[in-house]
Amino acid sequence: MSDKISFVRTEMLEQKAPPASTTGFVGWARANLFNGIGNSVLTLLSIYCVYYVLSGLIPWLVSPTWKAESLTQCREMIAAAGKHGHLACWGVVRERFIQLLFGFYPPEGYWRVILALVIVGAGLAPVLFDKAPRKLLIVTALFPFIVPFLLWGGLIWPYVGVLLGFVVGYFVLKYAADALGDLLALIAGVVSAFVWWIFLSGPIMGAIGSVLPIGLEFVESRSFGGLMLALTIGLTAILGSLPLGIVLALGRQSDLLIVKALCVGFIEFIRGVPLITLLFVASTLLNIFLPPSMEFDIIVRVIIMVTLFSAAYMAEVVRGGLAALPKGQYEAADALGLDYWKAQRLIIMPQALKISIPGIVSTFIGVFKDTTLVSVIGLLDPLGLSNAIRADQAWNGIVWELYGLIGVLFFVFCFSMSRYSMYLERKLQTGHK
Amino acid sequence: MSTGQTGPNTVIEDGDVYMTTLTDPPRESFRLSMLIYDTRYRSITIQVIALLAFLAMCVWLITNTLTNLESRDLELGLAFFSEPAGYDINQRLIEYDSQDTHLRAAFVGILNTLLVAFLGCITATVLGVVIGVLRLSKNWLVARLMTVYVEMFRNVPVLLWIVFALAIISETLPQPRDFRGEDAIASMNLFDSIAITARGFYIPEALFTRSLGDIHLFGDSSMRFDISLDLLAFLAVLFAGLFTSKLIKKRADAIQEATGARPTTWWQRILVVAGPVLILLFALGFYLGMPELKGFNFSGGTFMRNSLIALWLALSLYTAAFIAENVRAGILAVSKGQSEAAAALGLSSGRTMSLVVLPQALRIIIPPLISQYLNITKNSSLAIAVGYMDLTGTLMGITQNQTGKALETVLLGMMIYLMVSLSISAAMNWYNESVKLKER
Repeated sequence: MSDKISFVRTEMLEQKAPPASTTGFVGWARANLFNGIGNSVLTLLSIYCVYYVLSGLIPWLVSPTWKAESLTQCREMIAAAGKHGHLACWGVVRERFIQLLFGFYPPEGYWRVILALVIVGAGLAPVLFDKAPRKLLIVTALFPFIVPFLLWGGLIWPYVGVLLGFVVGYFVLKYAADALGDLLALIAGVVSAFVWWIFLSGPIMGAIGSVLPIGLEFVESRSFGGLMLALTIGLTAILGSLPLGIVLALGRQSDLLIVKALCVGFIEFIRGVPLITLLFVASTLLNIFLPPSMEFDIIVRVIIMVTLFSAAYMAEVVRGGLAALPKGQYEAADALGLDYWKAQRLIIMPQALKISIPGIVSTFIGVFKDTTLVSVIGLLDPLGLSNAIRADQAWNGIVWELYGLIGVLFFVFCFSMSRYSMYLERKLQTGHK
Repeated sequence: MSTGQTGPNTVIEDGDVYMTTLTDPPRESFRLSMLIYDTRYRSITIQVIALLAFLAMCVWLITNTLTNLESRDLELGLAFFSEPAGYDINQRLIEYDSQDTHLRAAFVGILNTLLVAFLGCITATVLGVVIGVLRLSKNWLVARLMTVYVEMFRNVPVLLWIVFALAIISETLPQPRDFRGEDAIASMNLFDSIAITARGFYIPEALFTRSLGDIHLFGDSSMRFDISLDLLAFLAVLFAGLFTSKLIKKRADAIQEATGARPTTWWQRILVVAGPVLILLFALGFYLGMPELKGFNFSGGTFMRNSLIALWLALSLYTAAFIAENVRAGILAVSKGQSEAAAALGLSSGRTMSLVVLPQALRIIIPPLISQYLNITKNSSLAIAVGYMDLTGTLMGITQNQTGKALETVLLGMMIYLMVSLSISAAMNWYNESVKLKER
């Protein structure tokens, strides 16, 4: 070995640019789309699929028929524009879009529906986003009474009566707590609220109503329809099912045998039958089960059934969250000396609900989608309305435009709900990843 | 917690009552308030109250029902089941005509429900697994397309998809009359064996020249049910073949364990499964009954009505989106170390997937898969929207309208759905137990 070094490089070579085939779009496509035969075939197949769908859909969408007033006019306009083939007939959307939103609600009352939606939005904002002003919580407390008043109308006093029942119960609970102790005060509060609702509210509010007839024009449930009906049923069921579901889940996890058995029975029964059978119960059987004096309106009956239905699913989701919580959390709460309700409220539920957010939101989405089932029992939700529109001579034969529009309406709502759940998960993420 | 221990402290608190019995712990006397404040009794109190409230509600509902039925002049009873139904069912698995009883109609409906649920479960699982795996694909375009698919189907109501599917079939496919004539607009697919028409699909049926006949169960009653002996023989031979094939595999495994060399068995295994089946089919004189155009319609073959196809298609596509998400979550939940370990052992990516990742993912996938199967079964009740005569369409639909027995039909229908749901979940839970990780 000689120790003579013939050549030593003293400076670095300049870096060469990477080969053109690994940079830019070509490189990206090679890495992500055409790495290997199988992937290339899949890519070409997907490109063909996308092309096939878009080449059919886009010409169909671009159709000069916005001003048409019937299907025959649509066809004439398409022929006049010199286009061939099957094209969309947008006239039906222009003419019936408002109806798809509001159903047969009287047009002079549309502001009530819109105002109700705004109030619901304002009431939900502080619950959904922590940046919203806290003062809106007052709206949150009041909107369950204002919104039905706006939607159904009639005199304002029955709604005030219902609200006052809660107020009475609250004050009894608050001022009796010192004298009677927590539990008895709670019982007293509930009893006094019921006494108010059953015996006092009706006559008193009736009397006030005859002196001060303040109210809105009464709108029958039959004229509810379209997206507004879907939102009414969906939102009520969503808002009602969460608390009910939590109670059922706690009941199912409880040590009390009979309470547990009742909850399990209820949950499994509801989850074992299709929603449509429960809607049959709402439309035909509920009037047989209840005394004749308690006749509810069909929409209220449907809302009750949909709420019970979603509560059972919600209970299972919450139970999953409860089960996923480490046992140490329960024991820590016990060790701190918290009683059952305090432990649930301060330790268990915040964590269990956080775990179950994805499940809870997908249950919400499911409930909202399931509102379309009411069209089967003859209510005019968007899908029911589309049949009604097709029954019109002018639009007989319109299919794709209406289904497409309804699909888009539902997609917008459901997709935003699922995005919101992702946002919430990220916001509440406290673990380290 | 205040339990029964009555130490000196409580005695002093209670004052003069127990003063004399300081040395001997006093027997606590029962006070009514203890029912609420003493945790020993409180749970019993709550349960008794809950039970009483529940019973009171039941009694209230039943008395309401009875008074309402009386005031409407309705009578409870299932006698209507033996009356002739008087309506036709256009898609059915067993023979039925309008002279048959309501019970028979309900039976046909149940079988139709089970048929569409069964078909839907199979296709939804296959589609869902494929889409779920493809959504994790490294191919950018394919992964995005599958995301679009999943979001599109998950966020639009299933009822809309069902009516949409029916619209596609009945609006865009050719009518049977389009197949007529020399220059027909439409033609049959797959060597003239399948006719896809707007009315439904006509597919070949299995026929036997030397058929073994049928077993007639339940005589002439409304539940009469024929089972084809040919089908039974076919299944018996098939399962026997599969069992033998399994034995061969076991033996090969044992030889591999003992000697390290695995005997070639694939041709033996194909032979023991396929051979006897082919021999049986030949012995029975198997041939396919093809649908044929006669006049304005097809005859022969098996007819699947457009409502069945639409329901099946929509339920499968819709549920596949959910199953795909479960599959994706299951695969992602298998820790990365597992696939890295498999790679370190030198397994190819395909074998890593089939031998390491999927078996572990399966355990996570199965429980949500059970509830998706239940969802298919329950959503099949939406058949009523497209006129497929399942249990909802027969018992809770036309039978209810004709007899006016709303209470009996709806409650009975709910009970049947409940039983079907419970049996599916029992069967699937049993399967879940058998593949579950056996822990200590």
